[in-house]
Amino acid sequence: MDAPPTTTGTQPRGLQPETMAGASNESIELPMDQREVVFDCRELGVRYAGVRALRDVDLNIHRNTVTALIGPSGCGKSTFLRCLNRMNDLIPSAVVDGACLYHDEDLYGPQIDAIEVRKRIGMVFQKPNPFPKSIYDNVAFGPRVLGMKDGLDDRIEQALRRAALWDEVKDRLRQGALGLSGGQQQRLCIARALAVEPDVILMDEPCSALDPISTAAIEDLMTDLKSEYTVVIVTHNMQQAARVADMTAFFSVDQGETGTRCGVLIEVDSTEKIFTKPSNERTEAYVTGRFG
Amino acid sequence: MNGPTRTASVHATRAVERSLAGRRHRSLAASVFLVYLLFSTLVGLVALFVLLFTILRDGLPYLDPTLLANAPSANPALAGARPAIIASVMIALVLIATALPIAIATAVYLEEFAPKDRWWIRLIELNIQNLAAIPSIIFGILGLAFLVRGLGLGPVLLAGALILGLQMLPTVIISAREALRAVPDSVRQGGMALGATRLQVVWREVLPAAIPGIATGSILGLSRAIGETAPLLMVGAATFVSYNPGLLTQYTVLPILIYQWIKLPQADFQGLAAAAIIVLLAILITMNGFAIWMRNRYERKW
Ligand SMILES: Nc1ncnc2c1ncn2[C@@H]1O[C@H](COP(=O)(O)OP(=O)(O)OP(=O)(O)O)[C@@H](O)[C@H]1O
Ligand SMILES: [Mg+2]
Repeated sequence: MDAPPTTTGTQPRGLQPETMAGASNESIELPMDQREVVFDCRELGVRYAGVRALRDVDLNIHRNTVTALIGPSGCGKSTFLRCLNRMNDLIPSAVVDGACLYHDEDLYGPQIDAIEVRKRIGMVFQKPNPFPKSIYDNVAFGPRVLGMKDGLDDRIEQALRRAALWDEVKDRLRQGALGLSGGQQQRLCIARALAVEPDVILMDEPCSALDPISTAAIEDLMTDLKSEYTVVIVTHNMQQAARVADMTAFFSVDQGETGTRCGVLIEVDSTEKIFTKPSNERTEAYVTGRFG
Repeated sequence: MNGPTRTASVHATRAVERSLAGRRHRSLAASVFLVYLLFSTLVGLVALFVLLFTILRDGLPYLDPTLLANAPSANPALAGARPAIIASVMIALVLIATALPIAIATAVYLEEFAPKDRWWIRLIELNIQNLAAIPSIIFGILGLAFLVRGLGLGPVLLAGALILGLQMLPTVIISAREALRAVPDSVRQGGMALGATRLQVVWREVLPAAIPGIATGSILGLSRAIGETAPLLMVGAATFVSYNPGLLTQYTVLPILIYQWIKLPQADFQGLAAAAIIVLLAILITMNGFAIWMRNRYERKW
C-alpha cells in the first residue's frame, strides 16, 4: 500500500452506524472462515420475468477476503453479484427472493435504501465503462455526488495510486478518459469505485478484456485491497481464481425436469480445497477441465 | 495427420478463388448502385444551388441597411423588414424559453424515469408520435380556438409563438429521446453503482453526454418553426406591421412578409422579397452553425 486512506469523508456512512463499529483490521489475522461475516446469503434466488435464473444460494462472504465466483457461462454469477449491491433493482424484470444479510441487515428489507447500499458496496464491471469526461472528473464523480468534497484532489490521487494508475495519468488528469487504453480504463473504473471508500468491492470479470500485464496489475491490486476491503470477483480464469482468491464458490446450471435451466451454488470452500480436493464431483470436473 | 489439413487448405483456397471470381460480377451492380447514389445526391445539391443562386442574384442588390432598419412601406425604396425580423427573433427566443425546456424535460422523463411497461406511458408515446405527423395548419386552428379566442389572447405574437412551440414539441421530444437512448446504459450503471441516485446520474452524466444530439434536434425544430407560415396565418399574424412588435402586440414574421411582398406587382418588391429570404436564411444558418458548434464542443466517442 502506498499510503493510508484519506479519512476526509464527513458523510455519516451507514445503514446503521453501529454496524460499522469494530471496523478494525484484526480480522485479517483470523482464519478465513472465522473472520467477520460481511454477506450472509440465505436461499437467495433471482427470477427474470418469472423465469428462475438462480436459486437457493447459501453463501457466507467474509471480511478482508477475496472471494472468487467461478462456473460456466450463464450459471448466474453476474446475477448473484448484482444481488449483493442491489444492482438487480435496475433490471425491471428481476425479482430477488430469499435473504441477503449484510452485517446482519437484510439488504432487501423494507427500510433499506438501495442507494445507501451501493455507496458502501462498490462495483466494477466486465467492460470498462468510464464516463465520457476527464480522468479527474471520472474519479471525482462519486465523491461529488456523495458530498465528500473536502480534499478532493488528495482523494483522487489516493484512489488512482491504489488502482496502480497514478503514474500513467498524473500528467493528463484533465484529458478525456476515453483516450485511455482498455486496461487503463478498467483501472480507472476501479479507482472510481475506491474513491468513495466502499466497504466491499464487487468485480465482474474485471480482467476479461485485458492483456496479461494489466491483468497482473489488477490481481496485485486485489490482493492489496483485501487488507481494507472485502473483495468479490467473478472470473472465468481458473488460474486467476487460484492466484488471488482466498475463498472460491463454484456455481453451475441445474437442468430442471421441464428443460428449464437454473443456476445453483454447488460448493464453496477455501480456494486451495476447491482446486485440489473439492468435495463435489461437479466441482472437480469443472476445475480439472472435464466439464460436466 | 498432414493429409486432411492439406485438403482442407486446398478447399479453402478454392473457396477464396471462387468468391474472388464472384466479386467481378457483382462489381457491375455495385457501380450502377454507386452512380445511382451519386446522382440522387446531385439532384438535391443542384436544386439547392439553383435556388440559392437565383435568390442571391435577385436579392443581393436589395440587401442594404434600409431593409434591416425600416418598416414595411408602400414605397419600395423605403420598405424594410425590421418589424418582421424582430418578431421572428422574438418568436425564436420564446420557443427557446418555453417549448425547448418542456420538450427536453419530457424526453428525459420518458426515457429515463417513466415506467415503460405501463399502458398510459405507451399511450403518451404513441400520441407524441402521432402529433409529429399532424399538418401544421391543424395546430393553427387549435391556436385560434384555444389561445386567440378561448384564452382571449387575441392575435398577438405570444399566441403565435406558443402555437409554434406546441407544434415543435413532438419533433424535439422524439429527437431528444433518441439522443438520450444513444448514451450507453453502462454509463448509467457505472453511476448508480457508485451510489448516485438516478437523478444525479441523469443530470451529471447522461444529459451532458446527450447534449450534442439534443442540440441538433432542437435547432432543427426551431428552424422549422421560424420558417413556418400556415399556422401563423391561422392565428392572425398581421400582414402589414410598421411598429416594433412586443409579446402582446400584433406582429408579422419574415416568411409572411416575404409572401406578401412576392404578391405585390412592383418588380422592386420581388427583389426585396429575395433579400428578406437571404436574411431568413442567414438567421437559420446562424442557428444551425450554433448547433454544429455545440455538437463539436461536446462530441464524444463511446
Ligand atoms: N437482464 C436479464 N434479463 C433476463 N434474463 C437474464 C438477464 N440477465 C441474465 N439473465 C439470465 O440469467 C441467467 C444467468 O445469467 P448471468 O449473466 O448471471 O450468468 P453468468 O454466470 O454471469 O454468465 P457469464 O459467465 O456468461 O457472464 C442466464 O440464463 C441469463 O440468460
Ligand atoms: Mg456474467
